[in-house]
Amino acid sequence: MPFDWRQIWEIASAPDNVPIVALLFVAPFFMWYALRQGIANDKLIAILEGDAQAAKTKYRKTQEWDPKWEREVHTWPYLMRMEFLVAILVTVLLMVWSLTLNAPLEEPANPNVTMNPAKAPWYFLGLQEMLVYFDPWIAGVVMPTLIIVGLMVIPYIDSNPLGNGYYTYKQRRFSIWTFLVGFIGLWVLMIVIGTFIRGPGWMWFWPGQTWDAERVDYAVNRNLDQVFGIDGSWLAPIFHTTKDQAAIWARAIFGIFPLVIFFIVAAILVHWVCTRTEFSKKIYKRMSLLQLVTMYTFLILMLSLPIKILLRLVFTIKYIWVTPWFSI
Amino acid sequence: MPEENGDGKSKTGVLEKAKDSAAALRETLTEKAKQQATELKEPEKTQLYRSIFRVKHDEEPRNRALSVLSNVFFHLHPAKVNRDATKYNFTWGMGGITFYLFIVLTFTGVLLMFYYHPSKVQAFRDILYLENDVPFGKLLRNMHRWAAHLMIIAVWLHMFRVFMTGSYKRPREFNWCVGVLLMVLTMLLSFTGYLLPDDQLGFWAVTVGTNMARATPLLGNEGPGGPQMGMTPYNDVRFALLGGSIVDANALLRAYIWHCIAIPLIVAIFLGVHFWRVRKDGGISGPAPVMLESEIKEERSPRPVILRPSGMG
Repeated sequence: MPFDWRQIWEIASAPDNVPIVALLFVAPFFMWYALRQGIANDKLIAILEGDAQAAKTKYRKTQEWDPKWEREVHTWPYLMRMEFLVAILVTVLLMVWSLTLNAPLEEPANPNVTMNPAKAPWYFLGLQEMLVYFDPWIAGVVMPTLIIVGLMVIPYIDSNPLGNGYYTYKQRRFSIWTFLVGFIGLWVLMIVIGTFIRGPGWMWFWPGQTWDAERVDYAVNRNLDQVFGIDGSWLAPIFHTTKDQAAIWARAIFGIFPLVIFFIVAAILVHWVCTRTEFSKKIYKRMSLLQLVTMYTFLILMLSLPIKILLRLVFTIKYIWVTPWFSI
Repeated sequence: MPEENGDGKSKTGVLEKAKDSAAALRETLTEKAKQQATELKEPEKTQLYRSIFRVKHDEEPRNRALSVLSNVFFHLHPAKVNRDATKYNFTWGMGGITFYLFIVLTFTGVLLMFYYHPSKVQAFRDILYLENDVPFGKLLRNMHRWAAHLMIIAVWLHMFRVFMTGSYKRPREFNWCVGVLLMVLTMLLSFTGYLLPDDQLGFWAVTVGTNMARATPLLGNEGPGGPQMGMTPYNDVRFALLGGSIVDANALLRAYIWHCIAIPLIVAIFLGVHFWRVRKDGGISGPAPVMLESEIKEERSPRPVILRPSGMG
């Protein structure tokens, strides 16, 4: 099938998708901008670490410095003129954007005509994409709660006193990698998938594929217990139950094992990453037990998302643990 | 006196006198007018100016500080800031841009409210009216929409910057938490506004969004433990959000009130706390001098943090 540029243009030029197209450029730019300043500071740190005399006398910033200058300047005008300038620039940007692009307005709301695909606003598409991998109570309720709480505990579990108030990469490798994986890899990337890849019926369309509302995916999703052929038939005579009953119980019990294995393996992995270098070990020793448990729990839960994505998209496995009440 | 009155000469004298004084008056008036005109060129020297701004306008350090400190809008700032923090490259201005966009959104939002009825009969027509008949109505709606999207991006980038500079570390831990809540509130503000045009886009987006609430554990009728808690489509958490079991008139009214009154009020309170804490925690975090690994001190717990309000030398 030929590459459908028109389809790409249609998605990218939908007025409400413009912010996410902008984010595609803005997010990498600021990532580069932050890391560039971080690397510049790292070079300075390397010099100071190697030269005790310089560490005492040198100005410890990459910014220009003259001993004659005052360390602090008047807010008015030096800071506030920048603020006013930025406010004017933002206003101009908004004006131009509003004059050139109209806010979308579809037909009047009609519960009888379903939009296909029916998409949430772009900033929630990461959560909607998560619906593919988890049941709604996890994707829509538990995960958002975990994200919010997880963000809020960051300052209380990050025991690394370095890098407070300046850009650095080397002094905070682990926390920066964790945040980048979470923010860029799991949040922004999921939004991009939800915007550009997911078409009618929330089916996967590669860029350049035409969004075909008639397409039917014959899903062969299986649960993990089906892969292993668990049906519990041998349990039935022992407990004097029907085969169906036995199968339900067998599956519910079987599902606990891969979950426990995941938690153990993930915990070992997280622990290995957290104590990989001499510096990490030092930080690790500063942490209280509560801090450690909290951090490991959130990291393991965070890891569960890419694992579930992998299982679903590559191995077409739907549930790991099937119980009569809920499935994971 | 009467004789003098009869005298023609003295009459001319009076006339002359009057002429003289008129001329003098003209001169002094022009003088005064000129003087006041020159004064107008420097309105900042007038008492009117002082009565409004409370300080003399002089290029003196003291007055520069006072003009910030004695102005209700400016005094969010300290009088003096870290020299390197005035450059763009450290903060990217994202927090300020977010706040500015909040103001823009409040302004355009209030104007939009003049033309909008949150009822099923009127809502969609009001948007059509706004787009086609209200002067600059289309521009107004566009600005509100794009400012909202821009604000979300600005909030995310602000959080990203704060993380990358480690600015959430001691003593700013709590302010980071306030910031996380503000980010969530920003997204909720945008989401509740989505339904208000009452078109297909908003209707289905909100349908998809609130359908997830059905699955809330214990509180949703389709969530684990929900039915056991007695949850039905008519009493669960989704019902509370929508004011009904479907996205309809009540949902529109609830979205409107959350969007225009409740959440902005909550945001305003959290914003106040957020800004106040920025100042109390010692102003913005940097650019701070780099710290070396060899300088890490042994952890003493609990360590009191004594703060110096920023700008106090």
